[in-house]
Amino acid sequence: MAPAAPAVQTLIGQSNPVAIGFFLVFVLLTLAITYWAAKRTRTTKEFYAAGRSVTGFQNGLALAGDFMSAASFLGIAGLVSLKGFDGLIYSVGWLVGWPVVLFLIAEPLRNLGKYTFADVVAYRLSPRPVRTASSLGAIVTVLFYLIAQMVGAGTLVKLLFGLPYELAVVAVGALMIAYVLFGGMLATTWVQIIKAVLLLGGATVLVLLVLVRFHFSYNALFGAAIAKYGGTFMQPGGLVSNPLDAISLGLALMFGTAGLPHILMRFYTVPNAKEARKSVFYATGFIGYFYILTFTIGFGAAVLVGQDLIKGIDKGGNMAAPLLAEVLGGSVFLGFLSAVAFATILAVVAGLTLAGASALSHDIYVGVIKRGAASEKDEVKVARGATIALGVLAVLLGILFKGQNVAFMVGLAFAIAASANFPTLLLAIFWKRFTTRGAVAGILTGLILAIVLIVISPTVWVDILKKPAAPFPLKNPGLFSMAGGFLAAVIGSLTSREKSAEEMFAGQKLRSYVGVGAE
Amino acid sequence: MPQPQTREPASLAELLESPEFHAITARKNKVSLMLTLAILAVYFGFIFLIAFRKDLVGANLTANVTWGIPMGLGVIAAAWVLTGIYVVWANSRYDVMVENLRKKWGK
Repeated sequence: MAPAAPAVQTLIGQSNPVAIGFFLVFVLLTLAITYWAAKRTRTTKEFYAAGRSVTGFQNGLALAGDFMSAASFLGIAGLVSLKGFDGLIYSVGWLVGWPVVLFLIAEPLRNLGKYTFADVVAYRLSPRPVRTASSLGAIVTVLFYLIAQMVGAGTLVKLLFGLPYELAVVAVGALMIAYVLFGGMLATTWVQIIKAVLLLGGATVLVLLVLVRFHFSYNALFGAAIAKYGGTFMQPGGLVSNPLDAISLGLALMFGTAGLPHILMRFYTVPNAKEARKSVFYATGFIGYFYILTFTIGFGAAVLVGQDLIKGIDKGGNMAAPLLAEVLGGSVFLGFLSAVAFATILAVVAGLTLAGASALSHDIYVGVIKRGAASEKDEVKVARGATIALGVLAVLLGILFKGQNVAFMVGLAFAIAASANFPTLLLAIFWKRFTTRGAVAGILTGLILAIVLIVISPTVWVDILKKPAAPFPLKNPGLFSMAGGFLAAVIGSLTSREKSAEEMFAGQKLRSYVGVGAE
Repeated sequence: MPQPQTREPASLAELLESPEFHAITARKNKVSLMLTLAILAVYFGFIFLIAFRKDLVGANLTANVTWGIPMGLGVIAAAWVLTGIYVVWANSRYDVMVENLRKKWGK
């Protein structure tokens, strides 16, 4: 604790009945929705895709709810409060992947696939090897993302609610299993929509409370920050010290979004490609607005809470937004925002679990083991079993990685998505000569390169394994693993020939561009 | 919705070879590619400026605001504008081309 902390007496770190009260309301509401959704979740189309009944606007909110994690809300606000302008550089990187999703992936994906992105990759190719490789890419991406979320959940809930770490992880696991198991995609969608509304609404109120103090003038807010921390607070600092590093991370963020299984899966919940298109437009709007809010919250926290207190409670700055809420809105607003942060984690992990379960059931069980011939009933049963298995695994991994530095795992998940999932998906949609060998080679190369390079990078080698110098110089492997993934996919395709795939390309184009035959 | 395989193969092949269908795919690819390059240029332009011209990004625009602030917000605005351009184009032009093709070929 900062000894000089003046008027601010924080409740953070203690058991907070207001936060728990708000959270219980959220849990009751979402469980009621799950009960409602459970009666509408019997077929595969309902379990994986909410019966394709979600509108473009709803899906835009749900995409935002799937994407805006507690880590980006608390983490970026914290980064801005400690580093000023550098926090803005970091946050815009998370938005720029969305236009890429819209321009290249969303509509073809919706027209060509049924439930998973592997449907699209396997459209013309040999289904068993391609689905095996694609689902491996999907599951590894989901698992790294999930571990980061679970460990974050345990740590945050401990700080915000004063609950023990393990209890928090088990509570998150149990709730997400309940949503997905019983309510499938329909319940998951509504959990994500409610969370997005709460998060955007709560952050907007917090920003208004900040701006009231500065007579709605950003100029005054920035002026106060400069008065406190000097002009360098408004200037780029050490974040982009190595341009190659920044490019590598930028590529992973930009193209990783278009390879995240839980994001891609959401495009099957809308009735057609036009709604898929609209949903990305809305999602980009909401997410961009959200980063402007977090930027303002970060500045507000730097000025009104102060860096000493923020760092005193959590070195990484994660408590900047909750502290600011407490200063401006008292324990009630702190409690509300804490509950929103918890809800945020739940919505993201539910989406991840559903995406992982669909890869296991739809791609591995039906596509590979049953060679495409499984009954509707069996598939839903296996998908539910996979949900429980993944949920339990997530809880165990969350407890196993307690106290570990897992922040790099989100960056790794993006790197794998950009290097293994995105190249194969893009080539499957646009390249006639793409072959099964190319798909398998591209996925495996991108996946293995991303993992190996990050282990020997400063991120893991130096920061976590505490070895002196890293063999690989960049903090994020994106640049090299993505290039490797593309290169392997192209070489694999050019060294093999698949006549049937080439013949099917014209028909695929008709379905992809015109929507003829789309489900 | 009619399935493609229920059509006579000759007319399906004709459709796939038709100038209208070529126009649709070519236009769509061109728009997608240009907009993708645009967002790449905006974002990496921002990153390159920070990497190589920190002085410019950190220069004061007003007493309290550096050029970096409108640049960063500009990247967010560019994401909005570019997705907006795409959606307006697709809703008003692309969908019409697709609709005409579907009508003409009875899809």
